[in-house]
Amino acid sequence: MLVCVVDYGLGNVRSVYNALRLLGYRAEVTSDPARLTRAEILVLPGVGAFDDAMAHLRRRGLLPVIEAAREAGKAVLGICLGMQILYEGSEEGGRERGLGFLPGRVRRLPGTVKVPHMGWNLVEPTGPSPLFPAGEPCYLYFAHSYHAPEEGEVLARVTYGLTFPAAVRRGSIFGVQFHPEKSGRAGLAVLGRLLAYAREVAA
Amino acid sequence: MLTRRIIPCLDVKDGRVVKGVQFQSLRDAGDPAEQAAFYDREGADELVYLDISASKEGRRTLLETVRRTADRVFIPLTVGGGISDEGQIGDILAAGADKVSINSAAVRDPALITRAALRFGSQCVVVAIDARADGPGRWRVWTHGGSKPTDLDAVEWARRVQELGAGEILLTSMDEDGRREGYAVALTRAVVAAVSIPVIASGGAGEPRHFVEVLRDAGADAPLAASVFHYRQLRISEVKAELAREGVPVRIEPD
Repeated sequence: MLVCVVDYGLGNVRSVYNALRLLGYRAEVTSDPARLTRAEILVLPGVGAFDDAMAHLRRRGLLPVIEAAREAGKAVLGICLGMQILYEGSEEGGRERGLGFLPGRVRRLPGTVKVPHMGWNLVEPTGPSPLFPAGEPCYLYFAHSYHAPEEGEVLARVTYGLTFPAAVRRGSIFGVQFHPEKSGRAGLAVLGRLLAYAREVAA
Repeated sequence: MLTRRIIPCLDVKDGRVVKGVQFQSLRDAGDPAEQAAFYDREGADELVYLDISASKEGRRTLLETVRRTADRVFIPLTVGGGISDEGQIGDILAAGADKVSINSAAVRDPALITRAALRFGSQCVVVAIDARADGPGRWRVWTHGGSKPTDLDAVEWARRVQELGAGEILLTSMDEDGRREGYAVALTRAVVAAVSIPVIASGGAGEPRHFVEVLRDAGADAPLAASVFHYRQLRISEVKAELAREGVPVRIEPD
């Protein structure tokens, strides 16, 4: 089982890699299409800005690779910005379209709260799911200025200025707005369950 | 509900932890990654490394320290000290840090804030402001580890760095730093009121009630402390327990 973390060429992708290794997965950080094609699970990490990330994927010729992974029913996990690019588009930047794996557009957090949303917030599962088997709320770390739309299959929500999706799923596509690799033991537990489930789905 | 963050800070020089009192007289103690792991176990919500190495060699050591920390600690890490360009920022983030804090370089080259925010995202860019009282209700920005005065007013500068793209402000009161008599509530309140990005308050922590004060009375988002945690005068868990008793939302993990 190979998990590839897609390298956008900037920001902290090392922590995701470290977390995958700690959880016992064979992991690689790469932007090489050949390596990414061999992966059973793709992770889109949460660094940079929407347009830059999409432009980077396009220039590197990675969009068809990610699309092929989705069509093959492989698990694709988007973290933070990596979750946001799963949607059709975003208010951030606005030049680039998203991957369109999930319906709707990503919007900026309201001006009634401090932005970025920065810190540990209570994540409330919509019910028991493979990610949150007990359906129990837990604190996870967020660092973002934009939020996902309330569409599709929402596994958990978080409230900050408004209530929005913290974890979503569509088939073998998963997105989490929080950083499981930066949320201590609770985050590693969620990431571990997500990967175990993604592996089952992909098998 | 978003919780308030308790942030221990480690002063790091040549790969080792030190602690300055009022920006002077350093005492050596410990391995940063060890300390970081200890703070994580104690319930720290985030960590800050402030690198005070003067040499190029020391800075290379810092990257190694960040890597070693990210290998075993899975909470957010901010690294600051002597950062002056995007290349350095990229290296520090690639080593496993989540944010960088920029201080003197932001004053010298304010456009650096914008360039870094566009490239890495605002949430990666913390601007550190060292402020010292300069008359009633006025504070001046100092740079270079608090050794050089500038012409900048701290509250005005805070507003400006937000406009330039900073995602967070790390505000240190030079008047209170190292005294353990409480955070600079008036300064913090003035900066919090001037911006809509999160503000980390630093300088003056001595007792649990100081954390309550700066969060409740000054509206800070996260109190930072170095020596009280470093010398175990306070435990993070006891600070959080006090905050919870006072009704301040904090993250307390079940065992």
